[in-house]
Amino acid sequence: MTTETFTAEPAGIPIVSLEGVTKRFPGVVANDDVDLQIWPGEVHVLLGENGAGKSTLIGLLSGLQQPDEGRILVDGKPTVIASPRQALSLGISTVFQHTMLVPTLTVAENLLLGARWWRRPDKESLRASVDEISRSLGITVSLDAYASELSLGEQQHVEILRALIRHSRVLILDESTSMLSPSGIEELGTLMRQLVERGMAVVFITHKLREAASFGDRISVLKLGRKVGEIAPDRFSRLDEDTLISEFVEMMFGKRSGDPEDVPRVPHPDLERKAPVLAVRGLGVTPTAVAPGLADVSFELRPGEILGIAGIDGNGQKQLADALAGQAPIDSGTIELDGRPVEGTPVHARRDAGLRYLTDDRLGEGTVGSFPVSINLLLKQIGDAPFWRRGIEQRAEIDRRAIQLMTDYDVRAPGPHTPIGRLSGGNIQKVVLARELSDGAKVVIFNKPTYGLDLANTLATRKRIGDIAVGGKSVLLISTDLDELLGLCDRIAVMSRGRIVGIVQNGDTARTDVGRLMGGLAA
Amino acid sequence: MTGLFSEIFLSALLFGAVTAAVPLLLAGLGEQMSEKAGVLNIGIEGMMIAGAYVGFLAAFSSESLWLGFLCGALAGIAVAAIMALLCVRLGLNQIVIGIGLTLGMEGLTALLHHVQFSRTYPRLPAADITPIPLLADIPVIGKAFFQHNLLVYLAVLLVFVMGYIYRRTQFGLNLQAAGDKPAALDITGVDVVTTRTAAVLTTGALAGLGGAYLANVGAGIFVPFVTNGAGFLGIVLAMLARGRPLWVLFGALLFGVSLSLTTALQVAGINIPTDIIQMIPFLAVMVMLVVFGRRSSLPAALGLPYVRGAR
Repeated sequence: MTTETFTAEPAGIPIVSLEGVTKRFPGVVANDDVDLQIWPGEVHVLLGENGAGKSTLIGLLSGLQQPDEGRILVDGKPTVIASPRQALSLGISTVFQHTMLVPTLTVAENLLLGARWWRRPDKESLRASVDEISRSLGITVSLDAYASELSLGEQQHVEILRALIRHSRVLILDESTSMLSPSGIEELGTLMRQLVERGMAVVFITHKLREAASFGDRISVLKLGRKVGEIAPDRFSRLDEDTLISEFVEMMFGKRSGDPEDVPRVPHPDLERKAPVLAVRGLGVTPTAVAPGLADVSFELRPGEILGIAGIDGNGQKQLADALAGQAPIDSGTIELDGRPVEGTPVHARRDAGLRYLTDDRLGEGTVGSFPVSINLLLKQIGDAPFWRRGIEQRAEIDRRAIQLMTDYDVRAPGPHTPIGRLSGGNIQKVVLARELSDGAKVVIFNKPTYGLDLANTLATRKRIGDIAVGGKSVLLISTDLDELLGLCDRIAVMSRGRIVGIVQNGDTARTDVGRLMGGLAA
Repeated sequence: MTGLFSEIFLSALLFGAVTAAVPLLLAGLGEQMSEKAGVLNIGIEGMMIAGAYVGFLAAFSSESLWLGFLCGALAGIAVAAIMALLCVRLGLNQIVIGIGLTLGMEGLTALLHHVQFSRTYPRLPAADITPIPLLADIPVIGKAFFQHNLLVYLAVLLVFVMGYIYRRTQFGLNLQAAGDKPAALDITGVDVVTTRTAAVLTTGALAGLGGAYLANVGAGIFVPFVTNGAGFLGIVLAMLARGRPLWVLFGALLFGVSLSLTTALQVAGINIPTDIIQMIPFLAVMVMLVVFGRRSSLPAALGLPYVRGAR
């Protein structure tokens, strides 16, 4: 639904326009017949979820990839952007999501990269132009610092500076806010405004609705590789933020709603009358130089209950999860599962007894990136019948099981043999969920289950967590997102410096109670 | 222990050390450039033996030592071109291709030499010496360090040229970026494959030159497998030196001394089996790796082929 027609466009021609651009990768259409115009003096927001085709579009604009169909026009002329060098000479610079500075070179040396190899690096004129540009933008960079010494925000400034030194007309910012602090995000917004006032075109890629609404002049929404909507500047400027967001949501999800994350909580009745399935008493872990440890952590979890663990990140949440799952030794205390002590048993014994752990480090700790989806689904049952017999892999059994689980949990992958590292974060999460929840789970520990997921996958994961509890299993939900906890949990425990400083019954006053506990006050 | 500390013994030892060090120096400097650009060049031994054979052949038939050096360098470049094509452009495994090139070149040169000279091993005349005025007259030191073939001094000069390239030139920056974060170099518009290819070809030239020196000046003769692991020692030197050319020089001299001991002890009439003495450089490698190796940080993208836009 392209809402606006060309009558609303500014005079002149766009710097870059895409016409019917299609790009395919094995098994996926990353961009499907996309039209897009990039105008000078505008922040053009590309909004879309993970896997909507934003990154591919940037690859096409920055000369890293070539379209399979359609054409790209620069200044109205059909142009093949064959290489990054050509993109730069056309005035298109890209700041990628992951920093593109050489860590072992200084800022100055990084900025000098790209000159012809026989030239002598001209640090003096670089210094002059950097001084001028950074003064006019109000940013400071230290040219002699090594890139590895800079914060992510500072590295981003250097990369923006690089684009300006090269007199770029189009600056593409790929998910540039994902690594920034809230104040860094504000700074970037101001910077973008300054750049478009100089007549540059900024393409700002994000999946965050609020940033899109507050920083954009024009917005294009991508969904599964297609452009599903655009709001042109004149209309954009007339709408207030809430209206914009609800329009974005409608374009992205095809339904109108105030706040898509606002899902009513279903309370679980009669919890008090059931015997606890997990009882933790006096759990202690000695702190180390890098981790806070645990002190006298005690709680009970009843069947069908969701217990939240709130707190600022790094207050012992990860240590608690690791200790419960058996991945880290404990110094004191007991853990009872179904009335039987398990604190002395290894990881697989606890897993067999029904205790499941979904780590926050999905790719590092939870899966093996280069292994196929099928093996990752069975990662904790390797060697077990019927998938292995006398140490021999039973391909057919494994594949049958994998396809079954992939269907049940809506894992979107080309097939069970695709290496899991190639999947999006949401799909990796589904694989981990499928593995941990199948076969006899009783207590499921989630550590930041929606961290880094896009909205659709976040909502799907939360629904899945709710369903687990409805099915009579218990959930320990560790999260730094208070709204997530308030939307799902029966009770919320607050952790601070390795201790549980209070447990709050979820209800009308829970938000303030938990907030007070997190802030160091009694509830 | 007669004569162990005599003037003759010392100057022979040090003279031999310098002669033995030059091929290692050239190989180490060459390898260093490849590694800086992110290519682990295991094929350098093959490049050296090719340089030794072709360099010897050219010097033998033309009676010009310098034409021999030139042809040796060109032979090294030719082998390096295969490496660049397969590993840099096509992105094949650098270790496998490197080993293949080394074994292939050792076999090929042995075969060609056998076909050409049957079982005879013709010698070249002793190489020209360019004594450095005044310095060459200092006792012991003069004979050891300042009465060598011109190429020796040029090789030492090259150490400083390399240092200048790495620290002060655009090409040096490009090399380091290609080794540490090739994607970052690529998006600034510099072609990673071209940069790495240039580095590998330079390695080939230096290794070929080192091989030619080893055959024409060091041995004065070509026998199959004459390089005897000099290229591999060059890899070790480059790994230990971590991008600092001066360290390659010191390392090469250290290895040169232990290689030179083999002959010098025989001159001094000390009866130790040569097999044991020939083990010294390799023991020295292990000792140096234990002492220095743990701190060496190699380029982040060393050994990894670069594919644009790969996820």
